[in-house]
Amino acid sequence: MSSNSTTGGTSTVSAGGLPSRRNTELGLLVFAVVIPVFAYANVGLAKNGTLPAGMIGYGLGLGLLAGVAHLLVRKFAPYADPLILPICTLLNGLGLVLIWRLDQEPGVRPENAAPGQLMWSALGVALFLAVLVFLKDHRILQRYTYISMAVALVLLALPMFFPPVNGAKIWVTIPGVGSLQPGEFAKIVITVFFAGYLMVKRDALALASRRFMGLYLPRGRDLGPILAIWALSLMILVFETDLGTSLLFFGMFVVMLYVATERTSWVLFGLLLSAAGAVVVASTTTHVQDRVDNWLNPLQLGANGGVTETAQVMYSFGSGGLFGSGLGEGFTRLIGGIAVKSDYILATVGEELGLTGMMAILVLYGLLIERGIRTALAARDPFGKLLAVGLSGAFAIQVFVVAGGVTALIPLTGMTMPFLAQGGSSVIANWALFAILLRISDTARRPAPAPAPNPDVEMTQVVRS
Amino acid sequence: MNKPIRKIAVFCGILVIALLVRVNWVQFVQAEELSSSDKNRRVLIERYAHPRGDIIVEGKAVTGSTETDSRDFQYQRTYKDGAMWAPVTGHASVFNATMLEGIHDKILTGNDDRLFFNRTIDMITGKPMEGGNVVTTLNAAAQRAAFEGLGDKKGAVAAIDPRTGAILALASTPSYDPGSIVGNDEKASDNWVALNEDPDKPMLNRALRETYPPGSTFKVLTAAAALESGKYDIDEKSGIEDPYELPQTDKELTNFGNPPCDDATLRVALQYSCNATFAGISADLGNEEMKGMAEKFGYNEELFVPIRTAESVYPEDNAPQNAMAGIGQASNRATPLQIAMITAAIANDGKLMQPYMVDRLEGPRSVVEQNEPQEMGQPISASNAKKIQQMMETVVEDGTGTNGQIEGVTVGGKTGTAQRGVDNSETPYAWFISYAMTDNGSPVAVAVVVEDSDAQRNEVSGGGLAAPIAKDVMRAVLEGRQ
Repeated sequence: MSSNSTTGGTSTVSAGGLPSRRNTELGLLVFAVVIPVFAYANVGLAKNGTLPAGMIGYGLGLGLLAGVAHLLVRKFAPYADPLILPICTLLNGLGLVLIWRLDQEPGVRPENAAPGQLMWSALGVALFLAVLVFLKDHRILQRYTYISMAVALVLLALPMFFPPVNGAKIWVTIPGVGSLQPGEFAKIVITVFFAGYLMVKRDALALASRRFMGLYLPRGRDLGPILAIWALSLMILVFETDLGTSLLFFGMFVVMLYVATERTSWVLFGLLLSAAGAVVVASTTTHVQDRVDNWLNPLQLGANGGVTETAQVMYSFGSGGLFGSGLGEGFTRLIGGIAVKSDYILATVGEELGLTGMMAILVLYGLLIERGIRTALAARDPFGKLLAVGLSGAFAIQVFVVAGGVTALIPLTGMTMPFLAQGGSSVIANWALFAILLRISDTARRPAPAPAPNPDVEMTQVVRS
Repeated sequence: MNKPIRKIAVFCGILVIALLVRVNWVQFVQAEELSSSDKNRRVLIERYAHPRGDIIVEGKAVTGSTETDSRDFQYQRTYKDGAMWAPVTGHASVFNATMLEGIHDKILTGNDDRLFFNRTIDMITGKPMEGGNVVTTLNAAAQRAAFEGLGDKKGAVAAIDPRTGAILALASTPSYDPGSIVGNDEKASDNWVALNEDPDKPMLNRALRETYPPGSTFKVLTAAAALESGKYDIDEKSGIEDPYELPQTDKELTNFGNPPCDDATLRVALQYSCNATFAGISADLGNEEMKGMAEKFGYNEELFVPIRTAESVYPEDNAPQNAMAGIGQASNRATPLQIAMITAAIANDGKLMQPYMVDRLEGPRSVVEQNEPQEMGQPISASNAKKIQQMMETVVEDGTGTNGQIEGVTVGGKTGTAQRGVDNSETPYAWFISYAMTDNGSPVAVAVVVEDSDAQRNEVSGGGLAAPIAKDVMRAVLEGRQ
């Protein structure tokens, strides 16, 4: 494959010579399919003593998805990062096994969630491929900067007009069709807006500032957008009681602002604003106060004297210990409620796969984040850099907020673990997110096209000689 | 732009590392605490995931396990004659585990460290985990005699083999059926709440955990102290007047019905249960000596048989109170087991054996622990013990305890009535202690206490209600030996 990238001996323009690494990706994909299939067999043996009937179908299905994805990546993004697709496949595959495993426990709602999740995963991979096929260059997205903003605002505001589902107004419910979490998609769209906006404004934001006490303070008029984002995330928090999403948007904006301007003062400013917002909201909303109380005393008994979900999650982790109870042999069904398969999916990982499994999963997420940031470093255009770092940063914050919330490192928020957790919007949006990252990395690692042979040069040389 | 991106990379790295540190903290450092928390239902699920070992009396299990339809608790505890054995077995429920079920819980579940090797073999061979058994020293016939003798009355019985200290019977009424609270359903919860709120405290193990004023049964200990002091002898006049004026007061102490207590010998005084004589002896010997003797018999400390018993109390007190304590009143309080121990030590020629109720702990493959009889002390000399035996035998042959007689067997005993409440306003307790003597030493000593509204107030009773129960218990033990 690498021979493709070297052109005529005289060419010096190419930064290339980079191997495409598609075969590496294929090798890793084999593991990413085989490991969940083994996990699937493991659950069946533990629960019923036999290999599960759907094992071959599941294995073939996952293998087929991965295979098609690989072939299309080979064709449409041959220089893309080789780790991203296998890790996403592995996490999605394990997530399906975990959900199927929890389906085996009667009474854990929503019941029989694995087939639906498999369908959503297939849709997610389809969207992933669609992005790769139709988005030839990520810079096209730059054209839609302000449309993105409008779309993002609509997506974020929509849930306000729908009835809350299980206490959180983060859903859009269309009767008869299903429900959707627009926030997951807004995450991507708003990153496109930030990247486009900041690319244009970065010089103004970075240079037109006054020095005060060693800090570069932004001008008043440049403060406008950051204050708008701040207000937006506060509104999400207040009206939709969605701590996670507001934290995610604000954190992502600060990260991108910092990368665009290289000004530490923006980070400080952002932190100040989020601290102020957090204090205001925490002191006025009981919802947030409850979450903070649960976080400070995770084991405290509930108001009715029962063991809270937070405490049950902690007991799951503790009971898992170093090596876990083994797939299918844990008791995360005790957590109860409606989030065992979604928000609390990590508890099942922790109890059944133990600390070892948890660390492995977290390292997989860490690797995904690392590949995303590496893509940002390698990207050649500022828009690509901003977009890649924004998407990876958002993903990192989401992983931290969810995993930190479930393990009671920070207050729990209503977000789901990308790929692992049950939920259609999440899995589709995250496949799309990594499709964009793959596109950027393909562009970044692609060798520059060989310069067209210039007859003039040739001619001149002829004359000289 | 790469410089800030690198810093963002470091920031993301810190986020991931924070998560890794946190899961290590929760799943490694806190794991033990979380996984064994009593709020963690897994502890209970694990406990009932396999059949529990049994508590065994004379080769037969008095407990069992049945498989249930319950989702969390695969096996459920069952009890045979639950109410009768409750003071021995206690219960192992989702609420708690008590008595032998609680103390040897780890043996019964199979989680004991001493069964580690066993568990490892089971794990390797894929066998389900098995619990061990607790083999008790109890005597089923004696226990039945005690429990059925108490019947509807409130009371307790403790019987010991004086030669070894092995506990033969341990009954407490009103009792409860442990089987009624071990389920995992609403009914069990309701029963549990009802039992806890019951003013009669059915779950109280009265034989070990309730202290009563021992009343006149304590006079045998006062007699022992008198003999040990050398100042008194069995057939010597005591020189104590009846009625007896309590020291430092003008209150006089006597008996109802004018028995021959004035200047009585110890034998006569015990025969008629003379309050004057024994209060006088207690006052004469003094608080320190009386307390010392009581402590030699096991007073003023908790015992572990291995169930923890309540502490029987002979307090430091002033002269009049000490005189009253010498006849088992005032602040003198004792468990039925303690009173049985006094009886047993006398029957065993002055040697007090450590009471115990677990003969051995059996693992699924081997005996884990074998208990041997242990001497607790020699509170009185053998010759003095024999003198008290003569006195107690006189009580049964020709005194207040004739209801304790068994044909063809030498029985020694003592009755007692413990007054309760201000001016004896509450229902008094009737006591009877006794032992049976054979050529081979004494195989059984028993203490019975019954709340008895029929007992005559101010009168030494216990012969009426308590003595027949003691007699049946002794007979059950004697018949079992043949």
